[in-house]
Formats: sequence, structure tokens, C-alpha cells
Amino acid sequence: MPVELSPVLSMQGIVKDFPGVRALSSVSLELYAGEVTALVGENGAGKSTVVKVLTGIYQPDQGAITVTGVARQLTTPKDAARAGITAIHQETVLFDDLSVAENIFIGHAPVTRLGLVNWQKMNDDAAALLERIGASVNPKALLKDLGIANKHLVAIARALSIDARVVIMDEPTAALSQKEIEELYLLVEQLKSDGKAILFISHKFDEIFRIADRYTVFRDGELIGDGLINDTNSADLIQMMVGRTVEGVFPPRTNDLGNLILQVNNYSHPTEFEDISFSLNRGEILGFYGLVGAGRSECMHALFGITRPSAGHMSIDGELVSLKSPADAIAHGLVYVPEDRGKQGAITALSIVDNIALPSLQNTSHKGFVRMAHEFALARKFTQRLELKAAALDQPVGELSGGNQQKVVIAKWLATQPAIIILDEPTKGIDIGSKAAVHAFMRELASQGLAVIMVSSEIPEIIGMSDRIIVMREGRQVAEVGRDDVTPEALVKAAAGIEEASVA
Amino acid sequence: MNSQYPNNASEMPDRLHGPLARMLASWEFLLIIVAVLIFFFNTQASPYFLDAWNLSDATFNFTEKAMIAFAMALVIISGEIDLSVASIVALVSTSMGFAVQLGFDTPSLILIAIAVGAACGAFNGFLVATMGLPSIVVTIGTLSLFRGIAYIVLGDKAYSGYPDSFAFFGQGYVWWVITFEMVLFMIIAAIFYVLLHRTSFGRSVKAIGNNPTAALFAGIRVPRVKFMLFVLSGIMSAIAAICLTSRLGSTRPSIAVGWELEIVTMVVLGGINILGGSGTILGVFIAAIVMGMVTFGLGLLNVPGIVMSIFTGLLLITVIALPIVIRRARQRVAN
Repeated sequence: MPVELSPVLSMQGIVKDFPGVRALSSVSLELYAGEVTALVGENGAGKSTVVKVLTGIYQPDQGAITVTGVARQLTTPKDAARAGITAIHQETVLFDDLSVAENIFIGHAPVTRLGLVNWQKMNDDAAALLERIGASVNPKALLKDLGIANKHLVAIARALSIDARVVIMDEPTAALSQKEIEELYLLVEQLKSDGKAILFISHKFDEIFRIADRYTVFRDGELIGDGLINDTNSADLIQMMVGRTVEGVFPPRTNDLGNLILQVNNYSHPTEFEDISFSLNRGEILGFYGLVGAGRSECMHALFGITRPSAGHMSIDGELVSLKSPADAIAHGLVYVPEDRGKQGAITALSIVDNIALPSLQNTSHKGFVRMAHEFALARKFTQRLELKAAALDQPVGELSGGNQQKVVIAKWLATQPAIIILDEPTKGIDIGSKAAVHAFMRELASQGLAVIMVSSEIPEIIGMSDRIIVMREGRQVAEVGRDDVTPEALVKAAAGIEEASVA
Repeated sequence: MNSQYPNNASEMPDRLHGPLARMLASWEFLLIIVAVLIFFFNTQASPYFLDAWNLSDATFNFTEKAMIAFAMALVIISGEIDLSVASIVALVSTSMGFAVQLGFDTPSLILIAIAVGAACGAFNGFLVATMGLPSIVVTIGTLSLFRGIAYIVLGDKAYSGYPDSFAFFGQGYVWWVITFEMVLFMIIAAIFYVLLHRTSFGRSVKAIGNNPTAALFAGIRVPRVKFMLFVLSGIMSAIAAICLTSRLGSTRPSIAVGWELEIVTMVVLGGINILGGSGTILGVFIAAIVMGMVTFGLGLLNVPGIVMSIFTGLLLITVIALPIVIRRARQRVAN
């Protein structure tokens, strides 16, 4: 049984601001020796920010962190390691081309008197550590030859090698099979009995109730509640995670649905998603909800012609189409606003007008020659509708705030006058004001007969905006619900697969 | 952050700065100053510099390389590089020499040259754009390959005996001291200016160089554009090969050896970002003239070739380092 002691690690009043967004507002978190604390929250609740603050990647704007009673400034990852904090990430951050032993001891390898790496000792120590956690891995093997589960074991051995007091596990089971997950649980038990304080981040309720001793719930960067896991249940946790007033904030639907525009049948991909079928009408907003990694973006990429489906077909306006590239998709009136603005959505070094004109060049140019006046007119028309705030139309997009960048990306796609627009996490990381503008605009577009697909991981947004919601889990379509029948709890349960596990 | 940009879209200007301010802040403006300084220095250094016929001869220092440099500029802006250009010149020249032995006339020689250049470019383009291989590796490979073929065909021999009408391209004068090559150089510069800055193709090239993923997502057919750029680079190498072969009147396999680095230097000096995404044809145009004048001026002073290359190297490093050093210093002050 957990013993009540003073916490190993304590964060008090942590504030972290990003331009236009407050990622953490005065949150507190305490971790105890020999206990697992589950950190729970929706995407965007601030979980990753906390991990980055604790591992010295971000510096908090306010607040204090103490480790074993000593106040610490974690300004670099090295500071965090010195304070005894280590993190095991969802995708392990290790070195593929180094050996297992090198990965475990990188940065603090044992050396000989001449200052050279003492390979014998390093390999022996690595073997001892690996044996302690029950891993049957050759210390001399290259990391890239290992499976994900074994890579996690290496990461854990590394945590032990630096004598960490605090181990952060960020969705460690996301990519593991059931058997590997069981082995990981055993390991967590072992870390607990070694007296480590563990911060466990997970979306899966069954595992939270299986291995956690305590819980902490974040929502919108705020601490909502914490306590002992035995004193709560999944319904309460979900309530804390999503408990927001959904009504009133979002513009209501006023238009009637038009005729069928998009029909997708049995779309499949060798690894990412399987058997996706749905239809979409003009004037409709169709939401796609699911956890990160559920295959929603991958499915949208296939619809947009970036990747090819391995099976299935789609028709636009009753005509069977095969989209081989984004250029094909745009020609058929289907456009995609990607999730990653900086990498996929905008060309940040180019100006607002260049970005907006790019997919519309065929319309703004004449026989291959660009017409600047047409480009500026087009950019002005759509930035006005989206209430973009910028110094000038020739300002580089990279200088704008996140919300205004997103407006440019949406404007560039609307300028192509599409029939179907896919918005992937359209309001991720943008400020409240821009969010409301994007939402109002989506509704306006739908009422003008545009068909909208919105991928979102934010419960209020998906419920507030969608006429219909499809839930995906592990690449499959697991539920489809209409706007009037949906509850936040039902969505979270479907996305996390809770009905399968018997929950306390 | 928003308060920094108070403009609503309705009252937002098209451009933040006027044309004059943009010109003064540009790389091209700096280059023009450098060009004027070198011109002035040259007039002081040698009394022979300001002779019209000398100046006319001096243009051969850069006109042929600059023709390729314009195509190279586009390739580099798209985020790729073509190091095989000088070897394409050699292979094209060899092909023309071979054709001369078979009795082909001048118009046929031109067609053969363009076809061989385009085929070489298409081969590069296929490997880079279609197969997705890194262009630096591919074109280092074809750099050896194309010149290797020229060596196999020619050995230590040389082709000569080009028809008299062929001599015009490299030796002809259009009017007074104005050479055919100079006119061709101006025409090509104008064409590339329009291509890069005034067509949707040029826009696509810039977009790809800045962010190939976002360009793909914006519906640009990235592989097709890259393929066309390599073909263009091959064709421009062929045109340069015609001029050079015509000027020399013969073909050896070592023709134009080492040009690729001089051309890349010219392009980078012209303000084309070596990492892709930005740059102007005007910059390359001025850089070509600057490099030509430097070579000519040092030649008049009887400076040996190796010292010239030291000078060119230092010039290149300086112009690349300067903006970076200034930006870092500014950041330090800002912090």
C-alpha cells in the first residue's frame, strides 16, 4: 500500500505561455516515491507541456519545481537528468545506429584511465541492468534491430542507469501489443518497488485503473482535480476531463442539408486504417473524432490523394474518381487543410499573397504568366472574409500568430472555390478569438453549400460544430452518431474502447 | 501578438514597403555597389580596361557560364543541385564533333546538341524526380559518367573541322563590339527573368524550394516540376556548349572542366539561397558580370589563374558569411 510521505517531486503554480495561448495556468503536480500518478486530460490539456517543463525543454514563466525538497531550475535537459528526472516517450528518443549499451550510457559512459570509453565495463553494466528489468536484449545489438517493446526496455534501463528518482512515461503503451503491454506493467511494478516516482500519461482508462495509485486531471491547461485512484471511477474522470459547457459557444446550424456530394466505400490502407465508409452531403459538417494515432489524418491524406488506398473507392458528385495526387483532388474540388500548419499547410517564408495564390495559380494566371493584381485581389477578398490581422499582404506568413497563420491556410483553400473541404484539427494551438472566427466561418461555409469534414480531438469543438460524428479507434470506424444523440462521455468511451474493458 | 499587427484586412496595404525601400534593402543593390566598385578599381588598375574591344572580349569570361547559371539558379531555388552541367557541355560538344565527322550541317548540329543536352537532363531528372534520389549524389555520378563517355569516344584526340557557318555562335559580332554571345546572354537572362518571376512555373519552383511538402499539399506536381528543371539545365548546358565549341573551333574531352563549381559560385554570389527557396535572376545577372570583371581585371594585372581562384573563393565566402554574421549580431543585440 502507498505510504503517505512528502513528495519526491513537486510542481507548484506553474504557468507557461505561448504566443496567444496559455498552455499551463498555475498547475500543481506532486509525485510520490513508489507510486504511479496518472496524468489524464484531452489533447491540448497541457500534458505534454508539463512533460517538457519537467525534462528541461520548456522553461515555465512562473512557478517552482522542487525535487526531494530542493528547489530546482530545469533550464536544460541535462539539468533534468541531474535532478534525477527521466522520460520515456511514446516514440522513444534513442539512437538507432548505436548499440543498446551505448544508448543506455550515452552521456555518462564509463571511461578508462586514458579517458577512452571502457567498452567492457559498459557492456557488462548494461547487461546487468537489462537483466534486472528482465529484458533479454544483447547489449551489443544495434538499437534499430529491436522491436518497439525492447526499445522501451532500453529506455527504462537508461532511466535506471542514471539513477532517476522520477520516471515520466508518456503514452508508453500506445504502440505496443497486448502481450508487450503486460510486460511493461510488470516493469512499472518493479520500478515502483524500487521506490521510483512515476508519472504515467495515458488515454486508456483500463490501464490507468490497473497500474496507477493516484490521478491528476488537466483541462485547458488547468488542474481540475487529483487524488487517489481508489477514490474515483472512470465516469468521474471523464466528467473532469470534458466537463465544459458545450452549448452557446458554437454557431448553430441554420441551413438544410443539400444533396450527396461525397461517397467513400471501404477505404483501406495496409497499416494505418481499414474499411472506412461514409457519405457526405452539401452543407454538412462531418466530424471525425478519435485519439491521436487513430488513423484519422492518414485516412484524410488518402482521400486527398497524398497516399493511395489499398482497397476501396470514392465518388464525388456521383462520379467514381481515383485521385493520384493533391493536384487531382483540387481539380475535383476536394481540398485539405492539414494539421501541421508549419510543415504542410503554409510556406512560412513566403508572403501571405504568395501562399493564398499558390493553389489558385491556374485561375489567377493567364497562359502561364502570373497576374499580380489578380493575386492581390484574391488574397484581399478571402483574408477580409476571415478577418485576418497582418501588417500587409506581402508579409511572410511565418511572422503571423498561429491563429492568423491558420486563417491564411484556410483562405488559400477557400480561394480555390472547393466543393468539399477537409479541416484537420483546424483550431489546434490557436487563440480563443481566432478559434471563434474559424468556427463561425465554417458554419457560414456550410450554409453556403460547402461540404465540410472536420477532424478534431477536442470534444467541445467536435460536438459543437458537427452535424454527424464518426469515431475512429486504431484505424477502424467504431461509431457514427448524429448531433442530437451525442454525449461527451459516449465519444470518449468509443474512442478509448472502454466498453470492452470492465471498469471499476 | 495580435496587437503588433493592428490592421484589419480591409485597410491592410498590399505591400508594407514601397518599391524604393525594397530595392535599397535588396541583395541585388549590394551587388550593384560591388560591381561599380570593381569597375572603378579596374579603371584605376589598368589603362587598357576601358577599351571597348577589350571589354567585349572580356564578356566571354562569363557569358557561356552565365547561360547555364540561370538554369542552375532555378534548380537550386527548387532545393536541388546539378553538378553535371560541365560534363553535359563535354558530352554535347563531343556529340557535335562526332556528327561533323559524319558530315552533318550546322542546323543539324544545333538540333543534335539540344537533343543530347535534353537527354542528359532527362536522365538526371528521372533519377532525382521520379526515383527520388538525392540530386547531389545523382549529379556527382553523372558528372563522371557524361565526361567519361566523352573520353571514351575521343580518347586523347580532338574533333575539329566545324563548318564555317558554325563559327558565328562563338565568334560572331552582331553590331560593332557587341558579340552574338552577349546578345544571346541578354535574351536568355530576360527569358529566365520572366520564367522565374512572372510565370506560375516559377512560382511553383519557389514554393517547392521553400517547403516541398506544403507545395505538394498545395497541388503542385512536384516531381514533374523538378524533372522539367533538370531538362532545362541540360538544354542550357547544350546552348553553352554550342557557343563554347564554336568559339574554340574544336572539341577535347577536357572541355569546360571544373565549370560546375564556378557556375554554382556565380549563382550563390547572385543571392540564390543554396538551401533553396529564394533568389532572383537579376542577382545572378549582376553576379555573372561581377565575376567576369574580376577575372578580367586580375588578368590585366597579370595575376596568375590560381590567385584568381583564391580571390573568387574569398569573395564567395565573404558574401555568404556577411548577411549571416549581421543577422546573428542583430539577434544578439535584440536579446
